[in-house]
Amino acid sequence: MVKTVYTVAGNERIARDVYKMELCGDTSMITAPGQFINIALGGRYLRRPISVHDASGDALTIIYKVVGGGTEDMSRMAKGTRLDVLSGLGNGFDTSVSGDTPLLLGGGLGAAPMYMLAKKLTAEGKRVSAVYGFASADDVFGVDELRSLGVDTAVATVDGTAGVRGFVTDGVPETYTYAYSCGPEPMMKAVYKKIKTGGQFSFEARMGCGFGACLGCSCRTVTGYKRICRDGPVLTKEEILWEG
Amino acid sequence: MGRLTVDLCGIELDNPIIPASGTFGFGYEFAEYYDINILGTFSFKGTTKEPRFGNPLPRIAECTAGMINSVGLQNPGVHEVIAHELPRMREVLHKPVMANVGGFSPEEYAYTVSALDGEDSVGWFEINISCPNVHAGGAVTGSDCRATGEVVGAVRAVTKKPVIVKLSPNVTDIAEIARAAEAAGADGISLINTLLGMRIDLRRKKPVIANVMGGFSGPAVFPVALRCVYQVGRAVDLPVVGMGGVSSAEDVIEMMLAGATAVGVGAANLRDPYACRDIIEALPAALDKYGINEIKDIIGGA
Repeated sequence: MVKTVYTVAGNERIARDVYKMELCGDTSMITAPGQFINIALGGRYLRRPISVHDASGDALTIIYKVVGGGTEDMSRMAKGTRLDVLSGLGNGFDTSVSGDTPLLLGGGLGAAPMYMLAKKLTAEGKRVSAVYGFASADDVFGVDELRSLGVDTAVATVDGTAGVRGFVTDGVPETYTYAYSCGPEPMMKAVYKKIKTGGQFSFEARMGCGFGACLGCSCRTVTGYKRICRDGPVLTKEEILWEG
Repeated sequence: MGRLTVDLCGIELDNPIIPASGTFGFGYEFAEYYDINILGTFSFKGTTKEPRFGNPLPRIAECTAGMINSVGLQNPGVHEVIAHELPRMREVLHKPVMANVGGFSPEEYAYTVSALDGEDSVGWFEINISCPNVHAGGAVTGSDCRATGEVVGAVRAVTKKPVIVKLSPNVTDIAEIARAAEAAGADGISLINTLLGMRIDLRRKKPVIANVMGGFSGPAVFPVALRCVYQVGRAVDLPVVGMGGVSSAEDVIEMMLAGATAVGVGAANLRDPYACRDIIEALPAALDKYGINEIKDIIGGA
């Protein structure tokens, strides 16, 4: 975890309301896929926590969706904009427990951190498969780049305009050794029920600080209270307690 | 004695900067960013007799120049704090800390203070009678003079360490509450706790905060905090820890001119973990700019 400056090197729309931002700066604090950065925006009091899509050397990319004023500001940022960022936040995914044929399940923006995870798993010699779920064809992103890694990738859309009609859980293959999941909570709950192996789930929350100080994003788990920003965002299947 | 030194209830602070309770945990998250011994001290996470999970999520909402929190005094309980948090804290802070204590009855406050009283690392108690997040509708003990006196009296009876009482701005007359705390034996007053506020999510058309309301803090509240510090500073003959929206060395000087002996920094730590370090580093130049030699000379000067 470090406070640093990233410079915007690219910022383009890749799906409906979804943008990919390329950043340039020190990424040495990103030590695992599934970690996030927390970006300060002018005129907005709280930082915006955004998961890392890919990071290596001086290059880091994030994928974000315009959902309010802050992300709208981000979507208009030009090349060369300097951003005050806390980098290397959160625990990230643990690939050491994945077995030989891990499965990645990404719903909507939850597909964003899956690319770096897939890169790591394939580099470790594992045969990776994935299912990405979106509402509609206009929302689909990240599929080709995942396939370019050699990941067997299925797509599901709720309205059937791309891939199979249905949800991420409708595309789960017969066999896999472990599951990694990121997406809206209802989707992750369904995944949790569907998978027959162990797994890791990446959560989202409204955060105050993003580095464990304010307890604004605490949740109950089997192993006690955890801060999504600091002890997560990735929780193991065994420790999750669903509330509500 | 440096030019930033102040005396808070008989304990010397290297400078007046005190990260506010609830924004600094037990210090060790921030110790990863900088040596927290540069601080005057800090007020640790509000501690109660029993463990508390706190409120449901979402607990955080953004506002113009500030934020709302509805954490609800999440803490592991005083015995766990003594067993696990304070030993870890002592590895990163080598000066007296301010122990922030919450509760639901005078007896509970006294129990927690009594349990912490034997800890050498505790220099002061800060008695939180003003958390807006633990009772329905944001009601606080610190909105009533008699209840304030009872809590302060109960705490006073079980410790000889300085007792600083943290007040809520959500009251009709804050000076009256400060006088009640003084009469019951307080050694100092800290203020302000957060202002009761709310936001509504326009997409869901429902409150952002699960508990509907929460505590509003950040730069937007600074003028309200300054006014409260000024009023309380003139109402009691006790040192005041002024806080509420402080974000710069200039804000610190303003707070001290209004009557603060020391200055709390809260929400700013959450936006920028280096906020307190940067303020402390900027203070000497700010004093030069305004022709101030020693910072203690300006307390209550406005």
